[in-house]
Amino acid sequence: MTTQTILPVDAQRLSELSQSSGEPGWLKDSRLQALELAAELELPKLEKTRIDRWNVNNYGGYKASKPLAQLSEAPASITALIKDQEEGSLIIQQNSGVIYTRLAPELAAQGVIFTDLQTAVKEHGELVQRYLHKAVLPNEHSIAALHAALWNGGVFLYVPKNVVIETPLQAVLLTDDAEAAFVPHILVVADTNSSVTYVDNYVSDKAEAGLHNGAVEVFVGAGAKVRYATVHQLGVDTTDVTYRRAVVENDGTIEWIVGEMNYGDTASDTKSVLKGNGSSSDAKVIAVGSGSQKLNYTTQAQHFGKNTPSDMITRAVMRDAASSIINGITKIEKGATRADGQQTEKVLMLSPKARGDANPILLIDEDDVTAGHAASVGQVNYEQVYYLMSRGISRHDAETLIIYGFLAPVVSQIPLEGLRNQLQSLVERKLGQ
Amino acid sequence: MAADFVIEGLKATIEGKEILKGINLQMKGGEIHAIMGPNGTGKSTLASALMGHPKYEVTAGTAVLEGEDLLEMAVDERARAGLFLAMQYPSEISGVTNSDFLRSAINSRREEGSEISLIRFIRQMEAKMKELEMNPEFLHRYLNEGFSGGEKKRNEILQMMMLDPKIVILDEIDSGLDIDALKIVAEGVNSMRSPERGFLVITHYQRLLNYIKPDFVHVMMQGRIVKSGGPELAERLEAEGYEWVKEELGIEDETVGQEA
Repeated sequence: MTTQTILPVDAQRLSELSQSSGEPGWLKDSRLQALELAAELELPKLEKTRIDRWNVNNYGGYKASKPLAQLSEAPASITALIKDQEEGSLIIQQNSGVIYTRLAPELAAQGVIFTDLQTAVKEHGELVQRYLHKAVLPNEHSIAALHAALWNGGVFLYVPKNVVIETPLQAVLLTDDAEAAFVPHILVVADTNSSVTYVDNYVSDKAEAGLHNGAVEVFVGAGAKVRYATVHQLGVDTTDVTYRRAVVENDGTIEWIVGEMNYGDTASDTKSVLKGNGSSSDAKVIAVGSGSQKLNYTTQAQHFGKNTPSDMITRAVMRDAASSIINGITKIEKGATRADGQQTEKVLMLSPKARGDANPILLIDEDDVTAGHAASVGQVNYEQVYYLMSRGISRHDAETLIIYGFLAPVVSQIPLEGLRNQLQSLVERKLGQ
Repeated sequence: MAADFVIEGLKATIEGKEILKGINLQMKGGEIHAIMGPNGTGKSTLASALMGHPKYEVTAGTAVLEGEDLLEMAVDERARAGLFLAMQYPSEISGVTNSDFLRSAINSRREEGSEISLIRFIRQMEAKMKELEMNPEFLHRYLNEGFSGGEKKRNEILQMMMLDPKIVILDEIDSGLDIDALKIVAEGVNSMRSPERGFLVITHYQRLLNYIKPDFVHVMMQGRIVKSGGPELAERLEAEGYEWVKEELGIEDETVGQEA
């Protein structure tokens, strides 16, 4: 049986919207084709997760957002995240549109592009067209198709050849109007031998049901290095479905740092396609589930190139009645000799009602490779609690030490101090209630 | 005040099976008592039951330290009341550094607002680690994770030195130690001897007692203390083994579950 996708918008309205935004014809066509696909395609198939029972239809409609005259006017819900960012490179999206963009002049002078994607399609159309929807394909499933049809606001980051950027570029994406569609698309292109760190935060401030349908595409050129850090802290009423993909050329490196700190149902899929020889990927995912959250986190590494190492680590703490399915998929294609795919998924459950499933999957079509996986699901070890208590530490403090200790080996590896501290405090907030 | 510790009629079971069948023992501050006996006679159970390991159920008896019955308390309260158990198999806890752990343990004994300062703590810990010939990097290592058997034992003694307990139980602290490590551990223990502190040393080798001289020696069999004496008892056990004790008492099988 197929379920009919409910389209949140019809073709005529979508076409009008695209035109009134002054989008180029190729983009309008792309949106309309994607909408057609959406009508035909099914929801993504998620391991042991009935996403069809989730609230994934609350798109709302496109609503124009009013740009900020200055950063100090930003909504109160995100002020902590943009503190001291007056001189930094920062993009803020509020609901359907970007309201603030700043690129540090020294980066602009080097040819770096950092703007909202809707502006980029007009000003850098050819460049955007070459990459847009080439990593997350609209024909994968109805959510990807709807994303391609409806995306709004978004971030376009282009780093020219040989440009090395030390300071992270940042984006904050806020949904605080349930009637406004929140479908940001992040597109990062790092040209040959460039290096960049990008950090974003997804925040909500509303009580009504909503949806974030997000896609992230990262193209890592030969010898380039991209560090992509993302923290999702959307509220209980926002369902989050996010697909992240990186395509990595020869000797390029992608590093993912993902903080899954939402309060609502979340499905995320973070995948590195190691296309070039010598390309590499490192993914770290930290997650805390609470309440009655349904969570499905997937990390993937697909090896095409020779001599390609990948490492994926997910550590998740589940409390209350939170339920998580954690998948790791390492796929090594024929010809990817001397690839090395490693993955670890660990879940710590804090209550009898919490649920965690770790599914490590290795799919290997080449003989000359190394690969490994480790997965564990467990509760706080009572021997450990006893040991700590035997030194005078209270049960509560002992459990807290063990829980933070479970995440610490990954958190401590996060190379950005600010992000590390932010994640630490988000973990404390989610666990401390 | 000298730490008087009195165990009376202690019985304990594991999964319904009685292991301790009525232990009586009196210790005064400054004394070192050794508990010896072959494997399987309940020695380690005694240590675990006193500390409050969740697997053991105490079914009768008291263990009174300075007027308070430890057996009425939760594990952490027993520790704060002054009991310390150096464990035979300390847990490994990933992600919790040795220093964070020990600071939490010290601060659990202090009022909120009067926590030990980081500098003072580090200085103390480094000094003690030096005495135990421990590499200072162990401060920042995750608790017991990847430690060798000997390193774990030194780490137990380090904790004892930092926490300044009134009653110390050493459970097979000598197992897995080579002679040099044994000497260092014993020196650590001896440096802590004081009229305010009592030690209960559990071992089945007399070897350890060459370095930590006991005042009293008790032999455990079948979940009871069956014989007590002075240091000369340990020496005789070392020379002659346990057979003569069994013969004297008419015991055929000394392990728990076998009745005389």
